[in-house]
Amino acid sequence: MLHGDAGPARQWAMRHQIAVGDFFDAPDFVPVSQAHIMADTESLGPSGVEWLERLVRQLGKDKGVVVPTITDPRGLDIATYKRLRQTEAMAAIEARASRAFEGLGVLMTNTCINYQTVLPAVRGEHLAMGDTGVAIYVNSVMGARSNFEGGPSALAAALTGRTPRYGYHLAGKRKGTRHFDVTDTPRDLADWGALGGVIGRASNSYWEVPVITGFDRTPNSDELKHLGTAMASFGSTALFHIPGLTPEANTLAEAFLGAAIPPATGIGRRDLERFYKAYAAKGAKVDVVVFGAPQLSLIELQHLAVLLDGRQVHRDTTLLVTTSPENKFAADRLGLTTRIEKAGGIVASGICFYQSYAREMAQANGWQRLLTNSAKLVNIIGGYGYRPSLATTERCVESAVAGKMR
Amino acid sequence: MPVTLKCHKGIGPAVTGTALVATDNFSARYDLDRVKGVFSRKAHRLYGQSYVGKILVLETAKGGVASAWMLREMAARGMAPLAILFDHANTILAQGAAFADLAMVDRFEKGRPSELIRTGDELRVEPAKGRVTVLNRDA
Repeated sequence: MLHGDAGPARQWAMRHQIAVGDFFDAPDFVPVSQAHIMADTESLGPSGVEWLERLVRQLGKDKGVVVPTITDPRGLDIATYKRLRQTEAMAAIEARASRAFEGLGVLMTNTCINYQTVLPAVRGEHLAMGDTGVAIYVNSVMGARSNFEGGPSALAAALTGRTPRYGYHLAGKRKGTRHFDVTDTPRDLADWGALGGVIGRASNSYWEVPVITGFDRTPNSDELKHLGTAMASFGSTALFHIPGLTPEANTLAEAFLGAAIPPATGIGRRDLERFYKAYAAKGAKVDVVVFGAPQLSLIELQHLAVLLDGRQVHRDTTLLVTTSPENKFAADRLGLTTRIEKAGGIVASGICFYQSYAREMAQANGWQRLLTNSAKLVNIIGGYGYRPSLATTERCVESAVAGKMR
Repeated sequence: MPVTLKCHKGIGPAVTGTALVATDNFSARYDLDRVKGVFSRKAHRLYGQSYVGKILVLETAKGGVASAWMLREMAARGMAPLAILFDHANTILAQGAAFADLAMVDRFEKGRPSELIRTGDELRVEPAKGRVTVLNRDA
C-alpha cells in the first residue's frame, strides 16, 4: 500500500497512518474491526469535500472501505433544515459529502450513539472511533480499544483495515492515573454531565485515566453517556474506570493495574453547584433549548415527550431535539415525535447541533441564549457566539415553556 | 549561540516564524473563529488575538475530533497557524497536522514550552529533528 501498488488513495492512507504512528512511537499496526468517521461539512469545508471526491475518483472501480465503516452526525437534516434557517448551499454541500462517502462504501448512520444503536463494541475489540464521546464510551464501559480517530485517520483506518498501535490500543496505557471519589451520586443527566465536566477539567489531558469511586447505585447507559461525553469534551479524556462496574476494573487495585493507588480527590454537591453556577442566568430570555450532544436515546425521547405533554413551547423560544436516524424512525413509529412536535418542539435526525453550522444558525435565527441539559454542549457552544446555560432536563423544559430561565 | 530546545520528533515541514504563547489549551472547533482567524472563546487567554501565520505555543489539545479536518481546511484558505507547539498533543491534533502537513512538535526535554518560549520570540521549528531554536535569545 505504501508504495502505491494499491492505488493513490490507500497510499495516502498508509502515509498518513505512518506519520501519526511515528509521532506516538507506535511499534506496528493493529487490525480494526470497525471505523466511525466524523466528517460534518462545516469542519470539512469545501476543500475537504473536494478532497473526498478526489479520493472516490482515485479509487475508481476498486472497492472503498475494507472494514464496516459508519458516520458521526452530519451538518444538516434534510427534513428540518429549512425550519432551522439553514441554507440551500449547506444542503448542497452536505449532499455532495454524503454521495462521496457512499461512493467509498460507508454506511451513513449519522450518529454519535452507535454504541447504543448500531453495533455495541466488545471487550478487547480494536476500533477506530471518530467521536470523542463514542471513543470514551466504548473504551470505558465496553472495554474496547480505540484512540480518538479524527476524520482523516478514521477514513485511513477504513481504507487499510488497521491503525497504528499506540495510546489506548496498548494495555499499559489503560492504567488508571487519577482517583476521584464522588460523595453525591448525580441524579439528572445534566448532573452526570456536570460531574464529567469537573473530572475532565481536573484531569485535563488525553493521557490521564480517571478512576471514579463512590456511586451509591449503578448508572444506566444514558447516564454514563453524559458522564463520558462531558469528560471527553472538558478534559480530552478517552478512558475512565469505575471499579465494580466497568469491565477492566473489578476492584480499585485492578483499575491501577496493581500500582500504588493515588490519594482521592473528593467531588461533592458543591463542586457540581459551582460548575452550574458558571453558566447560570436566572430570569434571562431563552432563545433556544437544545437536547442533544450526545444524540438522545429512545428512553430520553420518551422522557421529553412526557414532560412536554399538554404544554406549549414559548413562541419566542425554539426547542430542538437531536437523535439518530434509527431512533427518529422509532420515535415516529411510537408517536414520540408527534408528541414533542405538538408541543412546539423540533425533532431532527442525524445531526447533533454543534456540528450543524451553529454560528450561522445563531445569526439567521437571532439566537444568543442557549439552554441545554448537555454539559458537553455548554462547553463547545461558547466559541460559536452563544451564551450557554446548563440545567436539568425538567428545568430546560420549564424554561422552554416560560421563554426564560427558570 | 541561540537557545536550542529538544523535543520529541514531530510532524510537518521545518518553518521559521513568531511565537504566540499562552498557558492555555487548544481546539479549532471550540476556541477559534476560523473565518476571521482569531481566538473567539472569551475564556481563552488569547481571546481576540489573530493566530494566522503564528507559531502557537500552548499546553495541550482539548476534546473535539473536528480539528483533524479543520487544520487542513484553514491552511487551504491561508488562515492557519504556521506551526503548533504543545507540552502534550492529543491524537486529534497530531492527526490534523499530518493531514494538513502543518508543523507540530511536543514533549520538550526541559519542560513546558509555554514556560520556555515567550510571545514575540523568533523560532525555527524542525519537526524531523525534534528541535526548536529560539533565534532571538542567547544560551
